[in-house]
This record gives sequence, structure tokens and C-alpha cells, in this order.
Amino acid sequence: MAKRKLVLTFPEDIVTKPITYRLVKDYDLSFNILRAEVTPDMEGKILLELSGDIPKIEEGINYLQESGVTIQEAARDITVDKKECIHCGLCTSLCMTQSLTLDPETKKLLFDKDKCILCGLCSNSCPVDAIKLKM
Amino acid sequence: MAKTIEEINKKIKDGNVVVLDAEEIIDYIEENGAKKAAKDVDIVTTATFGPMCSSGAFLNFGHSDPPIKMNKVWLNDVPAYSGLAAVDVYLGATELSESEGMNYGGAHVIEDLIQGKTIKLRATAHGTDCYPRKDIETYINKETINQAYLFNPRNVYQNYAVATNSSNKTIYTYMGKLLPRFGNATYSSAGQLNPLLNDPYYRTIGIGTKIFIGGAQGYIAWHGTQHNPNQHRIANGTTIGPGATLAVIGNIKEMSNNFIKAAIFPGYGVTMFMGIGIPIPVLDKEMIDFLKIKDEDIFTIIEDYSVQRRNKPTYGKVNYKQLRSGNIAINGKKVQTGSISSYAKAKSIAQYLANLIKEKKFFLTEPVSQLPQDEKFGNLEILSQEEI
Repeated sequence: MAKRKLVLTFPEDIVTKPITYRLVKDYDLSFNILRAEVTPDMEGKILLELSGDIPKIEEGINYLQESGVTIQEAARDITVDKKECIHCGLCTSLCMTQSLTLDPETKKLLFDKDKCILCGLCSNSCPVDAIKLKM
Repeated sequence: MAKTIEEINKKIKDGNVVVLDAEEIIDYIEENGAKKAAKDVDIVTTATFGPMCSSGAFLNFGHSDPPIKMNKVWLNDVPAYSGLAAVDVYLGATELSESEGMNYGGAHVIEDLIQGKTIKLRATAHGTDCYPRKDIETYINKETINQAYLFNPRNVYQNYAVATNSSNKTIYTYMGKLLPRFGNATYSSAGQLNPLLNDPYYRTIGIGTKIFIGGAQGYIAWHGTQHNPNQHRIANGTTIGPGATLAVIGNIKEMSNNFIKAAIFPGYGVTMFMGIGIPIPVLDKEMIDFLKIKDEDIFTIIEDYSVQRRNKPTYGKVNYKQLRSGNIAINGKKVQTGSISSYAKAKSIAQYLANLIKEKKFFLTEPVSQLPQDEKFGNLEILSQEEI
């Protein structure tokens, strides 16, 4: 029995299709959705933990990718270095769950960790390397 | 009722000058009217803090013994241009390290210099009767280097485009990481705080204007490269998309890392965040008409950066209030937006400059000459000798 924590990105055209349930039915995997941001007609993201036999997990991932889902390993943690951050807000355009936003008053960066799904899209975008991703 | 710069400087000296930043003046005009604002307020401070690739430093190392005419020069493995006199070089902000590639560049050397860090200097030469040395390896810092000043050929853009990506893959640009299928859009302007948007016809900003640059007091040296006064304007005078630019100069030895920062745009390279503040004298009511602009009055064009051509497809125009709201509509789709220049830092520079003026540490200058009001904006065509 193995476990993998993954971030699944669903393009808008397949976001409403029942893809994940087949992981259970066809690949005998169980999954636990840790966080999700899914809106019809928009790209969706799900952080889930897959459990099952290693070969079945691989097959399940292949099936997802063939269905048009982008898969990446989830980060363990994301931190924002407040001393390095220059509050440009570039990362906020990449943050689908809006855990990174600019304060409307101060225009300074806010990071709401509870909303973060650890997708890591923000990490290799920061021009001053203030966002650190732990894998 | 019109004021002169001389009169404003006297007020600074007497300690009764009234200074607001370009955000504060908006509310002041709305509450008190343009006429009263023109009478009450003497100076409005504007600022910007954004990545400005066309930046770099002139350095003079002083002479070694025996002396050398440097031919090839490296600072912490970053090449500097030395086709000048013996120990003069120009170090460009975007130049990459020969050993670390995109992880370190000219902007980092400049930042290290400002911070007082030690920098390794390496140079080779062919050797001459007057400059016999053929190579040198030594260490320098801010204290030991003879002279170091920034001379940035193009800074402080008057507005800039919005970047987005229509293609099916993520692209890495100087406008940041752009996600596929209009996954996001990025922009880069201080908007209502931007110097040239608050003086759109450069009535007061000109050659010789004293500015705040990276923590030092410097000057506008010339109009910047790609200065484009003929860019399309709207009724308030502001340009839609990139217009005027400035070439600026300032002493590195007086700069601070609070106002200047090396940066890496992953997949693109190294650049430098420049913090620049420019005071605008409120000469008369006409200046107030320019200074009253706010984010919603300033428009720019959305460009598709996935099309690798000089002229990119566009998706209409948006204003900075919409951009700062966090999302805009492109082809009916809601697209998240993010800025690559920092409004918070620009605001802090505008306030810092206002305080310098109030503390009698910064006086205004009359421009020596106007920036060009008409200038050809040329492209590079690929031609044969016969075609040119």
C-alpha cells in the first residue's frame, strides 16, 4: 500500500466530467480530497492523496493524464519570506485559490495558508525568490 | 497665482512647503477643488518601483601598479564592457554570470556593491608600453572603488502593456510566468503614482530634473531609449501603452537596497527593480488637471505574449483600477491579474521623497532642456546592403 499526494489540474473543458471516480472503480485506488477549487467552465485544481498498490497508482496517474489532467507532486509546505517580498503581486495572478492576494488598503502581500492547495505555481515565479517551496 | 520653482524652493527653505504624494492629491482635489489645490499644494511626489532591464553602472576602478588597460573584465564572473579607457567599464543589469548563468547577474553585482559586499574583479589585457600589466585579480567594495554610478538608458516608462498568453503552454517572459489559455495577465506600472503619467507632456520633468534614484539624489540625463511622445493619448494626456521614457543617473555609493533590488524572472533572466521618485511642482491649475488622474483614468492595452512577433495581437484596453481589482475580462473569460511593479514600494518612495523635501534635504531644479515632444519610433528591419 502506497500513498502519493498530488495536485491535479483540470482544463475547463473536462472540469465537469466524472473522471476521478474511475480511480476507485477501475484502478482500485482510494483517494482523499484535501483541498479543491473547482468551478464549472474554469480550470480546476484538486489536491488529493491517492492510496493503493504502486502499479495501480501509476496506471491511475496515466489514465488521468490521458484524460487531459495535468499532474504534479504536491509540495509539503510553502512559505513567504516577508523580509524579501517586495509586494509586487505577480504571484497573485498565478494563485488559483486566492490564498495569495494584495491587501486592498496597504497593497501589501497577504498569504492565507488555509486556502493554499500547495500547487506550487507561485514558487518559480517570484522575481526576488521570496516564495519557498518544500518538496 | 502661478508659482515658480524658485518660490517653491524658498518655501522648502523656510519650512512651510506643502507636499502631498500623487495618491493623496487625488482626494485633496476632490475635497477642495482644483483651484484651491493649485494654491495650497506646492509639490506632488510621484514614484515607481519596477523591473527596469535597461539599467547599468559605469565603474572606474582606479589604477593598479603597474597599470593595466583592461580588455576583458569580470565582476564576480559577470562580464562588464571595457571598450573604454583603461579602467572604466559599463556593467549591464541583465548581464549573466559565466559560472552561475541565470542565478546571478549584473544587477546582483550592483546590489552587492550597494550593500558593501566584497566583489572579485578579474581582468585581462594585451599589454602596452603605457599599460604593461596583462592580467589582474583583486577584490573591491563600495569603499575602495574609485567611482560607481548608475547610468540607466531607459527607466520610468510612461505606462506599459498588459501581458497574457493565448497558447496551450506556459511561457516565461520578462512580464513573468504566463499560464496557458489566458490563465493569467500581468502588468507593470505604478499607475496613478507613476511620474510621467502625472506630467504627461513633461512640462516640469526634463533634462536636469533632480530625482530620487535608488536612495540617492540623481538627475534625468536625457530622454530614454524608445522614448515615444507620439504614442496615442486620451483626453487627460496620458498615453495608452508605453510612451515617454527617461535616461537617469545617480551615485551608487549613496544608494540603499531599500530602493533597488536585483531580480530573476525564471526562464527569462536577470533584471533590476529600480525605485525612482520624481517631485512635480504645482506651478498652476493646469498641473492640477494632470495630477488629479487616478488609476481608473489610465488605460493600457492587453497584448498576447505567446505570439513571438514585434506586433502582438491585442485584446482591447483596460484601466488600472480594473487591473488592481485582481481580475479582468479577456474574450469574455475572467482572468486573474498581477503586477510586476510594486505599488506598495512606489507609495513608500513617494512618501519618503515628500519627507526629504519637508526636512529641507531635497530641493527642486528647473529642467535645463525639455524632453523631445516629437521623436521617430524606429524598428530594426532585416535588409541587404542593396535594400538599405
